Amino acid sequence: MTDDTLKSAFTRRTLLSGAATVGAAGLVSSFPRPAIAQGAPYKVGLMLPYTGTFAKLGQFIDQGMRLYVEQKGGKLGGRNVTFVQIDDESKPETATDNMNRLVGREKVDVVVGTVHSGVAMAMVKVARDTNTMLIIPNAGANDATGPQCAPNIFRTSFSNWQPCFPMGKVMADAGHKNVVTITWRYTAGQEMVGAFKEGFTAAGGKVVEELALPFPEVEFQALITRIATLKPDAVFSFFAGGGAVKFVKDYAAAGLNKTIPLYGAGFLTDGTLEAQGAAADGIKTTLHYADDLDNPANRAFLAAFKQKTNQDGDIYAVQGYDAGALLDIGLGGVSGDAAARDKMIAAMAAAKIDSPRGPMSFNKAHNPVQNIYLREVRNGKNAYVSVAQANVDDPARGCRMTA
Amino acid sequence: MDLLTFGVQLLNGVQYGLVLFLVASGLTLVFGILGVINLAHGAFYMLGAYLAYWIAKYTGSFWIALVGGVGISFLAGMLLENIFVRRLYGRDHLAQVLLSFGLILVIDEIRQIAFGKDVHSVAPPAFLQGSIQLTDVLSYPVYRLAICVFCLIVAAAIFYVIRQTRIGMIVRAGAENRQMTRALGIPFDKVNRYVFAVGIALAALGGIVIAPISTVFPGMGDHMLILSFVVVVLGGIGSVAGAAVGALMIGLTDTFGKVFFPTFSSFSIYLLMALVLLWRPNGILGQREV
Repeated sequence: MTDDTLKSAFTRRTLLSGAATVGAAGLVSSFPRPAIAQGAPYKVGLMLPYTGTFAKLGQFIDQGMRLYVEQKGGKLGGRNVTFVQIDDESKPETATDNMNRLVGREKVDVVVGTVHSGVAMAMVKVARDTNTMLIIPNAGANDATGPQCAPNIFRTSFSNWQPCFPMGKVMADAGHKNVVTITWRYTAGQEMVGAFKEGFTAAGGKVVEELALPFPEVEFQALITRIATLKPDAVFSFFAGGGAVKFVKDYAAAGLNKTIPLYGAGFLTDGTLEAQGAAADGIKTTLHYADDLDNPANRAFLAAFKQKTNQDGDIYAVQGYDAGALLDIGLGGVSGDAAARDKMIAAMAAAKIDSPRGPMSFNKAHNPVQNIYLREVRNGKNAYVSVAQANVDDPARGCRMTA
Repeated sequence: MDLLTFGVQLLNGVQYGLVLFLVASGLTLVFGILGVINLAHGAFYMLGAYLAYWIAKYTGSFWIALVGGVGISFLAGMLLENIFVRRLYGRDHLAQVLLSFGLILVIDEIRQIAFGKDVHSVAPPAFLQGSIQLTDVLSYPVYRLAICVFCLIVAAAIFYVIRQTRIGMIVRAGAENRQMTRALGIPFDKVNRYVFAVGIALAALGGIVIAPISTVFPGMGDHMLILSFVVVVLGGIGSVAGAAVGALMIGLTDTFGKVFFPTFSSFSIYLLMALVLLWRPNGILGQREV
C-alpha cells in the first residue's frame, strides 16, 4: 500500500469505468478534472470499506453515488465533481487518521462514509471538530443524529431505532403477545432491540426475555434451545452477514420456524438470501426498502444500476444514490458555490427527495424521515407486504438541534 | 429447567465441544509436538470451508468436497512445511508468529480472489438432512448428531496413531526430547513434515465438516483460532487427550454460561481458563512449561 496519489486525466469514460477501479484497496486515488470556467470541481471524499467483511456494501454505496453523478452528466447542482476514495477497512482504530487525511491532505469539500458504526462515529467527531460536511450513507448508530448531531452532518440511511420501532406494532397486530428477542451484545444490536421493545410495549406486547450473545459469535444452539423452552408467540431478532445466515438456518434446522414465527430487522435477510435458501422462507422483516418496491423512481434506479454494474441494486446502492441526490440539492441551492455553507445546509435540510425507497425528507437532526416497509421472504426475494409505518421520524434523543 | 431441556443443552454443549476438539486437535499437534505457533490455523479452517463450498458447488457431492478439501490442505501443508516452517523449528516464537500471521493475510487474500467475500452455505449429504423431534417445538438436526459421531471417530484415529503405531512413537519421542531422538538416529525430521501437514488438514477438515451448519464467511476462522488456543492451553500443550478434555469443558461452559449467566457469557470460558491455569499452570493434562 502506498500513499502516492494516483493521477490521471478524468474523462467521461474513466467515470463510467470507475466501478472497475473501485476495488483499488487502501489506495487514495483522485481523478482531477481539467479546470473549467466555473473553477475547481467539487471534491467528494468517499471513505468506505472497499475490503473486508463490508466490502460489498461499500462497493454498492460507491456505485450508487457514482451512478447518480453520471446521470447528472458528471455534475452535482450544476458543478463538476471529482472523487477521492479511501478504504476504511471497517477499522475504527484507523478511522480518525483516514478521515484526517481526506480533510487535511486531500482537502475534500465533503466526505461520504461509511458502513461500520464505530468508524462512522470517529468520522463524526472529526467532522464536528473541523466543521467538514459529512454524509453518512449507512451506519445506523443512533448517536450520529442524536447527542452527536451537528448542522454539517447528514444521514441518507437510517438510525438503528427507525426500522425496528414500527415492528413492535406489526407484531402486536399479528396477535403476538409474548415475544423473545435475540441479538449480538453490541451497540447496534442493543439499539435495534431497544427500539423494537419500545414499539412493542407501547402496542401492548411483552418482551419475556432478551437473549444476547457476544459479537460476533455464531454458536446459537444454546439460545435456540432456550427459545424452544420459553415457547414465546414469536421471536424478534437482529443479526447481519454471516451471523444472520447461520442464525436463520439454525432456527429452521431446529424446527422452530414451524411453530414460532421469526421476525427481524431487515438486515436479517438482506444480501444473505442466497446463502439462507429455503430456511428464510416466510421470515418477516421491516426496513426502509424492499427489493420489489413498486414506484417509478425505484424501477428506473434498478434498471440503471443493472445497466451500469450488471448487478441487482439493493438498499446500500440506494443509500449511496441518495447521498448524491442530497448533495445535488444542496449545491443546486447555492448554484454550486459550496462556500455559502449555511445556505447549502438549509437547502439540504429542506430537501424532499423522490428516492427509490419512496418519499424522503430530513428531520431537524438531519436523519431521514421515511417509510418503513414490512417485507416477507418469498422465492429468495424480500417481497413488499405493506407500509409498516409511513414517514417514520427518529426521536433524535439528545440532539440539541431539535430544541 | 426440566430434565429434558437440561439434556438437550448438555447435548448442545458436548456437540460444540467435539467440534472444538476437531479444530483444536490439529493445533495441539503442531504446537505441542513441533513447538510451532501456527496463527494461521483459523485461516486454514476458513479455507477448508470455502474449498468445501467450491468443490460441492461444482461436483454436487459433499463427500468429494470432504476428500478433496482435506487432500488439497494436506498438500498445502506439506509445501508450506518444506518451504517455510522447517526453517523455524526451535527458533524464537516471535519468528513463527510473524510467519503465520503473514500466512493469514496471504490466505485471506487468496480467498478474496478465488471465492470473493460473499456468505455461502453448503448442503449436508442427503441422508443426513433430516431432523429428530425432541420436544413439541424443538427438533435436532441429524447432521449435528453425525458430526458428534464423526468427531469421535477422528479423535479415536488420532489416539490410535499416536499411542499404538510406530510413527506415533517417533512423534512422542520427538516431542519429549528432540535432540536425543535425533542423536539416536530416529527420523524425527521426516515425520515432522507429516505432522505439520496433518495439523493443517485437520483444521481444514474442521472447516469442511462444520460448513453445513456454520455457513461459510470471510471472518469465520478468527474466533475459532482463539477458541482453539484456549482449548490447547486449557488441556495442556501437546496433549491430545488434554485437548479433548479442554474442548468438552469449553463447550459445556459456553453452552451453560449462555443459559444461566447470559451477561457473563462473553468471558465465561476465559474465566474457566484462568481458574484452571491457577490450579494447574501447565494445563489439565500438560507436563511441560507453557
